Amino acid sequence: MRAMVQFLQLVVSGIAMGCVLGLIALGFTLIYKATETVNFAQGDLMMLGGFVALTAVALAGLPFWVGVVAAIAVMALFGAGLERLVLRPVLGQPAFAVVMVTIGVGFMMRGLASMVPGWGTETYTIRAPYSGEVLRLGGLALSAEQLAVILMTLVLCTALYLYFRFTRLGVAMQATSQNQLAAYYMGIPVARVNSLVWAISAGVAAFAGVLLAPITFVHVNMGLIGLKAFPAAVIGGFGSVPGAIAGGLVIGIVESLAGFYLPEGFKDVAAYVVVLLVLMVRPHGLFGGHSRKKV
Amino acid sequence: MRFVFKTSYDQDIRLLKHGGQTFWYGLLVVALVAAPAVVSEYYLSQLTFIAIYALIGVGLMLLTGYTGQVSLGHAAFLAVGAYTEAVLQAHGVPFGLSLAAAGLLAGLAGIVIGLPALRLSGIYLVIATMAFGFIVQEVLTRWESVTRGSLGITLRPISLAGVRLVEEWQLYYLALAVLTLVLLGVLNLLRAPTGRAFVAIRDSEISAQSMGIGLARYKTASFALSAAITGLAGALYAHKLQFISPEQFGIILSVELAMMIFIGGIGSLHGAVFGAIFLIALPQLVAVAKDYLPAAIGHQTGLEPTVFGLILVLVIVFEPQGIYGRWLKVRHYLQTFPLYKADMFRRQRTFMKSERAR
Repeated sequence: MRAMVQFLQLVVSGIAMGCVLGLIALGFTLIYKATETVNFAQGDLMMLGGFVALTAVALAGLPFWVGVVAAIAVMALFGAGLERLVLRPVLGQPAFAVVMVTIGVGFMMRGLASMVPGWGTETYTIRAPYSGEVLRLGGLALSAEQLAVILMTLVLCTALYLYFRFTRLGVAMQATSQNQLAAYYMGIPVARVNSLVWAISAGVAAFAGVLLAPITFVHVNMGLIGLKAFPAAVIGGFGSVPGAIAGGLVIGIVESLAGFYLPEGFKDVAAYVVVLLVLMVRPHGLFGGHSRKKV
Repeated sequence: MRFVFKTSYDQDIRLLKHGGQTFWYGLLVVALVAAPAVVSEYYLSQLTFIAIYALIGVGLMLLTGYTGQVSLGHAAFLAVGAYTEAVLQAHGVPFGLSLAAAGLLAGLAGIVIGLPALRLSGIYLVIATMAFGFIVQEVLTRWESVTRGSLGITLRPISLAGVRLVEEWQLYYLALAVLTLVLLGVLNLLRAPTGRAFVAIRDSEISAQSMGIGLARYKTASFALSAAITGLAGALYAHKLQFISPEQFGIILSVELAMMIFIGGIGSLHGAVFGAIFLIALPQLVAVAKDYLPAAIGHQTGLEPTVFGLILVLVIVFEPQGIYGRWLKVRHYLQTFPLYKADMFRRQRTFMKSERAR
């Protein structure tokens, strides 16, 4: 019984972590689906989002939820600006060159964030209104932060699903991601849609940052968690939105269990071992479709 | 402006195409050989670093620049080479043997990652190599009986044919010799059928396959060769640093190596060397610039990554062919003065090329 409760406890904390990873992976996926760019700066976007929220809540003294909305709005604008200024000029270059651009942008964001007065290289926490509360359920102790992460991920995913399924703009985005040229011929402003995709993706990243902040800390290098979200996105098959969340959950749970049941050291590489195994069996991820060029 | 008239088939495969090249490369060789007599010990040490990084660059360029297979895990191969050298030296294996073993073992590691990588392409390959890099780093940290974990290993100076290489110039000549031999080897490979097959795979896997190039064989060969060269560099790297520990071989190093060949100029061996020069010179330039910047900016630790990222972005946006591409343009401008046309090197306006169906 105790072992069972322990197991469930680990699974729940794994799910909470997996949701955050899933949200970052979702950001990758949205951008990849629309523009075929892999954004290595996604984790750093999350970091910036966390810092903006920190500035709003801790330094400017705004209420928590206002800070959340502010962070999402600021980062969405930032994402759109990034697309316009940096990513659009490199359109048409080999995919890896574009990846290198996003890596460069990530370096810059990390470097610049450490120079901003009041941010620096310190670690900070953001206290959410629900921080510190614990919900007891049978033998399980569920912390409010973890539940909030799970709940808000659900809400966000539902909202995104409804948006892509039922709004005009959402459908236009789907069309763009399926075939840019055809979408262009149908009168969809592809370039502007791409900017919007970056905005949404950066907003989602900021949201993930705010959710993560009460659990871990806000720090210049918190974006490195984005490197763990890659395996999540890949397991889900890059470019599949439900796959991203599923991949995040897989990684989160595996990592949480490996940290407890396996010897020390396995926790840090569990995600990468899993992704290598998955790629060996299915080279395009679990949910990824595969199309072959006809000659 | 020079016109090279082709009067024999040998001219097509000759490494030095004309007298001008013979002259300039000869001058370069003389300058490099004379360097220890001219420059101070500190700059000689930097030159050694450049030679070692250029060696890694050549390895990575063979894989990424010529075969089109991307790797964000090359620090792992470097680590395999460095640790092989360190462990073998501790067991008293002579240097020539341990250097060969470092290259061989790294090459084997390259095959190990190359085999699953055969089915992968694009972003999946990037992630797979990255995952491999993380796993190797963790193994080095945990396998304490051999690698001493995060305590690291201290290396003794190399002893080669009874001579202990304790002076800086000795290591410099060694690194330079290895780099020269590898460069000549790779140049030779690239004008042979194997190298042509690599380039064909880079340009289009499907047309390469249709012409009878076995993708599996050549991709594995490319991974193995690239890893082996990086392993050789790793052995020298270990001796240059004299101390190695797993943290040195992380994702950051892998990313820096990839940046190096991009900034140098992807798809040319010159680019690998230029990139290495850039990678070593940049921290020095930043250090110099710090004195002229206001203290509020100059004393930030984030300055270097920021400058690094900025340069990478600017290079890819404005000069996708890197430093070597810019040099070609400058040279062409001078050669054809005043007839240079800006359109000469202009890229075609490109649409987004989809890599989903391949």
